[in-house]
Amino acid sequence: MSALAASASKRILTKGNEAICLGAVAAGCRHYYGYPITPQNDIPEYMAAHLPALGGTFLQAESEVATINIILGTSASGKRVMTSSSGPGISLMQEGLSYMAGSELPAVVVNISRSGPGLGGIAPSQGDYLQAVKGGGHGGYRLIVLAPHSVQEMYTLTMLAFDLADKYRTPAMILGDAIVGQMKEPFIASPYDPASTVEKPWALTGCVGRERRNVKSLHLKDNAIEVHNWKLHEKYERIRKDEARAESYMLDGATIAIVAFGTAARVSKTAIQWARKEGIAAGMLRPITLFPFPEREVSELARTVDVLLVIEMNTGQMVEDVRQCTPLHDRIVFLGKPCVIPTPEEILERIRLLAGRKG
Amino acid sequence: MTGDIIMAGFGGQGILMIGNLLAITAMEEGKHVTYFPAYGVEMRGGTANCTVVVSDVEIGSPVVGRPKGLLIMNGPSMEKFLPMLAPGGDLIINSSLVEERQVTRNDIRLLQVPADDIARNKIGSRQMASMVALGAYVARSGIVKLSTMFDCLPKVISKKYEKFIPMNVNALKEGAALAGFHA
Repeated sequence: MSALAASASKRILTKGNEAICLGAVAAGCRHYYGYPITPQNDIPEYMAAHLPALGGTFLQAESEVATINIILGTSASGKRVMTSSSGPGISLMQEGLSYMAGSELPAVVVNISRSGPGLGGIAPSQGDYLQAVKGGGHGGYRLIVLAPHSVQEMYTLTMLAFDLADKYRTPAMILGDAIVGQMKEPFIASPYDPASTVEKPWALTGCVGRERRNVKSLHLKDNAIEVHNWKLHEKYERIRKDEARAESYMLDGATIAIVAFGTAARVSKTAIQWARKEGIAAGMLRPITLFPFPEREVSELARTVDVLLVIEMNTGQMVEDVRQCTPLHDRIVFLGKPCVIPTPEEILERIRLLAGRKG
Repeated sequence: MTGDIIMAGFGGQGILMIGNLLAITAMEEGKHVTYFPAYGVEMRGGTANCTVVVSDVEIGSPVVGRPKGLLIMNGPSMEKFLPMLAPGGDLIINSSLVEERQVTRNDIRLLQVPADDIARNKIGSRQMASMVALGAYVARSGIVKLSTMFDCLPKVISKKYEKFIPMNVNALKEGAALAGFHA
């Protein structure tokens, strides 16, 4: 019996969107609000079925604009709270997300993204990368952005998103797509193990018998908004320094290194396995956090390989961040598949080409 | 044993259910597996399809461009998916609803399963047609053991309908027998 078979009894075939819910519930989230949109409807469906029984709240709001403002209010009360949507709905939430970043309020926002711009389509896409990692709303702020590539990670990264959001008092986003959202895979409900418990001395819990607290994003007095901006900046710098995460996949001796996240990274793994069988030294650096971007890892990798092959399901967004990490721009090659899942065959074809081999 | 299959038919024929059953069975046998359903615009009476990938190693894409297996429960699905089947792949068709002349390729291994007829006349319920077809595919491909699949039926059939489990077992067996396998 293989090691896999030995643990088979603990494995459950689970849909990615449901794994997000299981991770949220395990991390103590009892409040979820949202508005339906494909391809993430399994999330509100699960939360509607389970949160009331756990003493929590499920609410279908009248719109995504309302949703994010109810999220803001719940977060201000100190509770763990989550919403989910897809591209168009996430766009509607940007104003509220900016207010939350400004007010330093944590929450987890899930984007099971779809094709765009506009109403686009329901096909998997990574076209929301720039919106997710560069702020999205007005005023200059960052979200912590995590990019799962498996059902298991949909679970573990959701738990991590709650921890990081609380630790840094800022909204965190899970950026997925229909592949990781709709797919079912064996999954293990590992126990929730928070890195540290975070007190919330700022939470609005009723001020009887204590000093009143104030949660706000409006700063009109003197240079208060300048001071506030520097404070936020310093926080984002700490996040950049301490929270970048990436997976190194078969990078030992690699001369061709793919840089890809989420679904594109997952498909790339198959192509890398095939390339290695042909004797081509291919590997991958997979950013797990998109903000903070694993800058140091990419920078070091660029020095040691011949080619960085950036693969995205868009026409080139993360590749801009890769270029920022290294002056060796002639080593960066881009393969874009906007709103299409790349096949392992076409990735292998590109790897062979870069290795100077004919397919 | 590794393999991948696209299953397709009318919504309501049980396509997603047999895909789930295959995936759970592969999981119970200790394999890597992914199940990916068509999502979003599906409805009863429309078309439904899913892709199941079974492997001994970590699976990359849960979506497959050239599947090694194809299970087709209705005519419209044939037109859409037959061109994708890998040369030499297994094609299981529900010959109660799909006409043989729709099989426009001869570089594949065809198995005709009159699934609706068997389900209605031998099993006693037309709803068992997809189980008959699944039994035929499992026996033909050897992708999982039929006995493991019997054990997994309670995981996809809710408590409320557990009295139908023996009927599902019979349907899987009848399909397997058509592929020359006798459980």
